[in-house]
Amino acid sequence: MVVSSSSAGVTAEVSARGQVAHLLRRAGFGGRAAELDAAEKAGYEATVATLLAGPPGTADAGVAATPPPAFTAIAPPGRDPAARRQANRERAQQAAQLAGWWLARMVRADGPLVEKRTWFWHGHWATSIQKVRSAPLMLAQNQTLRTLGGGDFGTLAQAMVRDPALAVWLDEIGSTKAAPNENLARELMELFTLGVGHYTELDVRAAARALTGWRLDRSGGRLVFVPAAHDDTPKTILGRTADFDSVSLVDLLVGQPASHAWVVTRMWNRYAAPGEVPADVMVRLQAAYGDGRDLTALLRALLLDAVFRSSTVVGALAKQPVEYVVGALRALGVTPDDTDQAVLLGTLRRLGQVPFEPPNVGGWPAGDAWLTAAAAQARLDFARWAVTKADLGAVSAAPTDSRVDVAARLLGLDAWSDRTRTALQGVASEPRTLVALALAAPEYAVN
Amino acid sequence: MDLWTRRKFLIASGVAGASALAAGGALIGWQDLARGASSRPLSSGMPVLVLVTLYGGNDGLNTVVPAGDPAYQSARPELAYSPGQVLDLGEGLGLNPALKGLHSLWGAGRLAVVRGVGYPQPSHSHFQSMDIWQTASPSLPTTTGWLGRWLDAQGRDPLRAVSLGGTLPPLLAGATTSGSALPVGAFHLPAGATLSAYTALGAAAPGDPATLAAAATADRDLLTVAHSFGPVLDTLAATKESTGAVGEGSLAQQLDVVAACVAAKVPTRVYAVSLGGFDTHAGEKATQEQLLGTFDQAVSGFLGKVAHSANPVVLAAYSEFGRRVQANANQGTDHGTAAPLFVAGTPVKGGFHGAQPSLTDLDAGDLRFTTDFRSVYATLLYRVLAADPHQVLGQDFPQLGFL
Repeated sequence: MVVSSSSAGVTAEVSARGQVAHLLRRAGFGGRAAELDAAEKAGYEATVATLLAGPPGTADAGVAATPPPAFTAIAPPGRDPAARRQANRERAQQAAQLAGWWLARMVRADGPLVEKRTWFWHGHWATSIQKVRSAPLMLAQNQTLRTLGGGDFGTLAQAMVRDPALAVWLDEIGSTKAAPNENLARELMELFTLGVGHYTELDVRAAARALTGWRLDRSGGRLVFVPAAHDDTPKTILGRTADFDSVSLVDLLVGQPASHAWVVTRMWNRYAAPGEVPADVMVRLQAAYGDGRDLTALLRALLLDAVFRSSTVVGALAKQPVEYVVGALRALGVTPDDTDQAVLLGTLRRLGQVPFEPPNVGGWPAGDAWLTAAAAQARLDFARWAVTKADLGAVSAAPTDSRVDVAARLLGLDAWSDRTRTALQGVASEPRTLVALALAAPEYAVN
Repeated sequence: MDLWTRRKFLIASGVAGASALAAGGALIGWQDLARGASSRPLSSGMPVLVLVTLYGGNDGLNTVVPAGDPAYQSARPELAYSPGQVLDLGEGLGLNPALKGLHSLWGAGRLAVVRGVGYPQPSHSHFQSMDIWQTASPSLPTTTGWLGRWLDAQGRDPLRAVSLGGTLPPLLAGATTSGSALPVGAFHLPAGATLSAYTALGAAAPGDPATLAAAATADRDLLTVAHSFGPVLDTLAATKESTGAVGEGSLAQQLDVVAACVAAKVPTRVYAVSLGGFDTHAGEKATQEQLLGTFDQAVSGFLGKVAHSANPVVLAAYSEFGRRVQANANQGTDHGTAAPLFVAGTPVKGGFHGAQPSLTDLDAGDLRFTTDFRSVYATLLYRVLAADPHQVLGQDFPQLGFL
């Protein structure tokens, strides 16, 4: 079973089942056993279409079962130390509730592509609740990323420079014409729209002036423009001189050819492979993105690209911790409840990736940085816990000498290496141990 | 230079090490390593380097404060400390009031302050500048960290350099080997047949693609480091009231592990620890004082614990850049350039090294560096690790007199 003619040569080494298993891992969080079988039967292109379309109609039972939390406002505590401690406790509870909700949504969504894409954008516009200190504002940002993450990148970028959580995170709030704050201006160019090398220090300083004048209306959860604090004098940015404000600045940035290449690169690096985008792939993906900056067209082209399905990309990323934990729970059919939340968040904290707490504005690392001895211990602990929550009947019911293969199918993998197969065969008489070690195997750490 | 240097580099770390192993076949069973680790304690007198990375760009001017300089006072009226508030060091400079422990070390002649540390054509990007500091390569992106290149010259040993926390910092990534990441908290390994199977899972296989090989290496390294550090961490966990530290742990928790490892003579020459949160674009004064207080308590507590250890300990603390001289509208500061760097410990010759940058002769609002950071590295490599600085840094830099 091999490949379409257009991609012959590059994909010859990856089996048809291997390709759809890869697709389900990258576009979502890995296929459940039945999903992998169905995808192999339907074929690669049809599976891409199904993933992008989402579940039929508007009914995603997993999404319906995980409505976002409704947060009650935390009143400003004033100066009383006991009241401040109480407010901090409530804030911490809301932060855990928010992260726990999103993890449950990722585990349960029938159509995983939207949650995976929202996760990608959370890493791109990386904002941390540790500075924002408001679960409602973080949730609002998360919904913006979910709603706009498959449309025009310009629309998304315009929404983000007016996103209250991002504005708190990068000090857009309170930046005035008298003394502009460069934080948002710099990261907007360096990380969000252009990439290093496509602007100068003078561009950063001028863009900071364009972004002055915004205040936060905390009770309304929105930004308010204060004309008197805005620098409305002419600014020269990327060689163009005008009275730039945040809207015209973002328009200028997302229209740059460098921005098109940047968005393609960011998406390729997280969905496909690290490093430079191959030149021919870059041409194809930029064509799909186009003047309309169409993020869904870009993602579709990426998933269908011959190079994406080839052996240079399959297995070229390590699972990020959230992908690992969510993928394992989906595969095992575990629906996390409130009592599991502490274990999940504790595991992710040990692994260094708690949703809504990126380490900095650059987001989390990609690739092999996750593959450390410390992480191996945390994955092993998690695996030994997760199998106690799962129904492993399919493994137990199988004859001992086929259980290793059944475990691969359960976890959405198309094959084990000889090394892993031999190691797992040694514990095949114990289904729980077998599946726990399968989750700790090198193959399952690879995305 | 593009942004992807850091990412390339993080990837290069594990991949290069693992594929080199897979190709070269220098395969060590964990029992061999465990035997080696218990049978080769660090020789007495062999110095140990502890590198503290302060992520976010610590404001150097409010750390070693030129409080008496009118240019300092006028550039940041709401952020400035008065001469009476700082802890006097002489020459018109004083430490931030939160650095009381460091001030005692200064008094004891065990704290060196290297002034104006930076590099030519400074980058104002966190990522690029941290990459430059960790690779010691300001002009060209490179895939190896400066201590990774030192590790390459030593041959693979996952115990030689250890980072505390879940992910490996680029500075410990070499071309053919890399340091290990050690969790802050006790190990829990299975026993019996499960342990045998887990051990077999981590075996290197010649045909593994790079990422798969890196995953197997992580499993294998866990067994090695668990055996060597497990007893140390178990003891530490038993003495703590907490239910066990998670993630990277606080700086004090990270340094507690280092102190216990040094006392146990674990054969590690370099430890990397970190503290984040220094990106003070707004409300800087309270935030920075709190962070510097955390830093000060952790570092002075740690140096007290290791002051009489059989292995002399040298601690160096740096950040990716200092901050703009002029404050912004949010009572914070934007990204800047040169900053002071601390080196402390029993073998350290205290005092000032390097010249204080001028506050009036600025480069577009930023300080001009006076001391290349690679001079600090050259000194640490030569004096602490007995290594050839030229081999690691690719060129010669004048060494400083702090050791």
